[in-house]
Amino acid sequence: MRYLPLSEADRRKMFAAVGAATIDDLFVDVPAEARLPGAIPGLPNHAGELAVERHMAALARQNSVAGDVPFFLGAGAYRHHIPASVDHLIQRGEFLTSYTPYQPEIAQGTLQALFEFQTQVAMLYGCEIANASMYDGSTACWEAIAMARRITRRPKAILSEGLHPHYVSTARTMARFTGDRLVTALPSLSPETDFARLLDAIDEETSAVVVQYPDILGRIADLSELAERAHEKRALLIAVVTEPVALGAIRSPGEMGADIVVGEGQSLGVGLNFGGPYVGLFACREKFVRQMPGRVCGETVDAAGKRGFVLTLSTREQHIRREKATSNICTNAGLCALAFSVHLTLLGEKGLRQLAAVNHARAAATAERLTRIPGVSLVNESFFNEFTLRLPKEARPVVREMAEAGVLGGVSLGRLYPEAAALANGLVVAATETVSDEDIEAFAKALEGVLA
Amino acid sequence: MNLNPSGWRPEAGDAAAAAEADTYTGNRALMLEEPLIFEIGDTETTGVDFDAGEAASSSRLGGLERTAPIGLAGLTEPEAVRHYTRLSRQNYAIDLGLFPLGSCTMKHNPRLNEKVARMPGFADIHPLQPVDTVQGALAVIQELAEWLIALTGMHAVAMTPKAGAHGELCGILCIKAALDARGDDRNVILVPESAHGTNPATAAFAGFRIENIPANADGRVDLDALKARLGPDIAGVMITNPNTCGLFERDMKAISDAVHAAGGYVYCDGANFNAIVGKVRPGDLGVDAMHINLHKTFSTPHGGGGPGAGPVVLSAALAPFAPLPFVARQEDGRLKLIEEENAGEEHPQTFGRMAAFNGQMGMFTRALAYILSHGADGLRQVAEDAVLNANYVLRRLEGVLDAPFGKSGPCMHEALFSDKGFAEGFSTLDVAKALIDEGFHPMTMYFPLVVHGAMLVEPTETESKAALDQFIGAVASIAARAKAGDESLKAAPVHAPRRRLDETQAARKPVLTWKPPAAA
Repeated sequence: MRYLPLSEADRRKMFAAVGAATIDDLFVDVPAEARLPGAIPGLPNHAGELAVERHMAALARQNSVAGDVPFFLGAGAYRHHIPASVDHLIQRGEFLTSYTPYQPEIAQGTLQALFEFQTQVAMLYGCEIANASMYDGSTACWEAIAMARRITRRPKAILSEGLHPHYVSTARTMARFTGDRLVTALPSLSPETDFARLLDAIDEETSAVVVQYPDILGRIADLSELAERAHEKRALLIAVVTEPVALGAIRSPGEMGADIVVGEGQSLGVGLNFGGPYVGLFACREKFVRQMPGRVCGETVDAAGKRGFVLTLSTREQHIRREKATSNICTNAGLCALAFSVHLTLLGEKGLRQLAAVNHARAAATAERLTRIPGVSLVNESFFNEFTLRLPKEARPVVREMAEAGVLGGVSLGRLYPEAAALANGLVVAATETVSDEDIEAFAKALEGVLA
Repeated sequence: MNLNPSGWRPEAGDAAAAAEADTYTGNRALMLEEPLIFEIGDTETTGVDFDAGEAASSSRLGGLERTAPIGLAGLTEPEAVRHYTRLSRQNYAIDLGLFPLGSCTMKHNPRLNEKVARMPGFADIHPLQPVDTVQGALAVIQELAEWLIALTGMHAVAMTPKAGAHGELCGILCIKAALDARGDDRNVILVPESAHGTNPATAAFAGFRIENIPANADGRVDLDALKARLGPDIAGVMITNPNTCGLFERDMKAISDAVHAAGGYVYCDGANFNAIVGKVRPGDLGVDAMHINLHKTFSTPHGGGGPGAGPVVLSAALAPFAPLPFVARQEDGRLKLIEEENAGEEHPQTFGRMAAFNGQMGMFTRALAYILSHGADGLRQVAEDAVLNANYVLRRLEGVLDAPFGKSGPCMHEALFSDKGFAEGFSTLDVAKALIDEGFHPMTMYFPLVVHGAMLVEPTETESKAALDQFIGAVASIAARAKAGDESLKAAPVHAPRRRLDETQAARKPVLTWKPPAAA
């Protein structure tokens, strides 16, 4: 029981101090019939570090590790190289084992890092302000839709076909209970986005148009006209970014008129982790600050006049407003936000632009090689580090067969849209700086083999 | 480069700086001031090297190249390591000392868990890999799920919620979906006044109307008042057990029976499960849904505000409505994911997906390592030591601070005190800030709302008797000063990296991002 400091002698002294004969005297309020007489049967008892580590390592070995094979998966989660110092810094106990900074005098480390994080997110997204993080991109996306409804007092959000299907599903789940109306559509294997449809659909009941940039197929399109049309109808434009590294290469949504920009921050500092924990990024116009969900860090001064940071605007939040809060979120993704921020600080603007350029080059090289395979064609006219291929047959079994051959070659649209037969031959391929020329060749060979 | 080594606002001026600090730098030995990255870095500096010359032969960016400056400051690796190391030293943490935040369960975070979570087989796998390539990850989820079900005596568990409040939402949506399935439009959720703020916020988010349940004189739900309010409009209750006064709800089973008889469901806020893990199963008390904060009871680190994880255990009545995705075993023994694709056949009544991908894997590995380390016997000891430590604090301090429910009997995992008896003008805030100077993180202040000037102390089981004795001594000393009206308390903290911060100014004129000096 290496995590329990009380000795039997301590326990005896403490029982005496509290006037209890045994531990049962402290559980008297639990009705006897609900009290378990001993350890729950059928479960193992305590184990040493070595035994636990062995057990967990055995489970870990049953997984195919991305770094061990040619790896090309994206679709909302991207594998990037994370500098060694990032993990070292976030493991400092003062960051790792601290709580939400409710006592700012002894939490300036977390608070200043959050202030820097908020500034970085706002700059990256081209927005005026940002919050201290959400759970992940998908929940941030829903929170943005709910926020747009509160601001516009309108019930209908129009979702682009290019929005990640898990994000659409998440929003659909919530909307079912809140009464929001969502207009959705399935994507098509076309180089054109559905912006023309979106422009036509915006009306006086529309709270927001929600577009992903780059979208689920990797396509990139200018958001300016959507923003203008939305604003004409007094609706908002929400942009969703699942790959923040892209914004080192392409214009920010804020520059193009987006009112709320949200997304996934996992690419920087966090790692794949089988889908979580990740970090949701949330930024918007300053005039909407009091409708923004989640924790916010702000600058102030202390009693001696020194600059310091505090959590602020808590009158939006659940612990003050209870049922009138802007969101029920409490714990967010603090440590992942720190990892994101450290990685982005190490990159800086110069490094981010270089990283983005390398990603684009790797993806271009991958697309060039794969489209030389007979029957394989590129759907996209534009892309950053991810694009969609049309295969001559159903992509899902192709992905499985390639995995058996030791290549993790993309995400099939059949996995993402099992109900859409028209998308079944689509394969979404991501190539980051971690992809080598040998990886590209191995992928091409495996794909050729499966298609042959 | 805009070097601002003192960390002062430039406009505050050197004179103000000199008056407060007696060093050139503003540093005080190991207490080091640190400017913002934007004040020490610039957009041309980077701490990451790339192979030169790697660029696409032709841009495929759709003519949307980002040409305008972004403004992101960079640091070289030594500068970045120093920046964040210096910042870290301005934080209090469990690794440094007692962190008795009531309802937050700030226990030790074992480092084995960190090691395990970083095994490439868990950390470096993609959520959309073919399921045959992630059988070990699915096995972790399955094994943890089985433990959580066994420890709570419930029917099923939804693993994907990302934090406690997200878990609450999951449970409440299950209730809403169950009501919808039977065509019942009940729309009121009853919540005790002592509940966490997330409870009413969650229920309201899901479209329910909130009504308060009164407490009785000994700090528990008033069963008679609750029964009197039950009726055909009551969708359910949200009860925290043990509650936020640190007391076990003795009538929990009777509450559940009454709510069920009236056609409603029972949600239990499991934030305080640490007090009863291995000792009491919520399933035996008639609970229909309860979230479990893996970052509380099961020791995953709080990380300065997350990430957490909030799996929700469910009764047989609510399990059919659980969210996607989840792990299930096939006939051949392999594990599979039930997601949108196969939900129609395997889980047709699901209320849907709450977030992208498969849940907080990094938290699952840590929590499972913790559970296996303690085992069934050790987890029981966790609850017992947590309760013993809290009662020790309660009894040693009840002569010093007012303990409003001290006469109600033993507390569970946390001890509640009020500000009664302090000199005129002295408050809980003064005690909390003085504790900072004594080297402790303060207890939870002004919560629960049902007690005036509440101070909620949760020591957890990972504190030694010696640590508790020192904390008790510090609180007693500060309480004596508060009763005597010692004006110096008002200045506390004086030894922390910062004095009391002006929260009013922060809220009145929010400054949420750094701006270049010219634009400020």
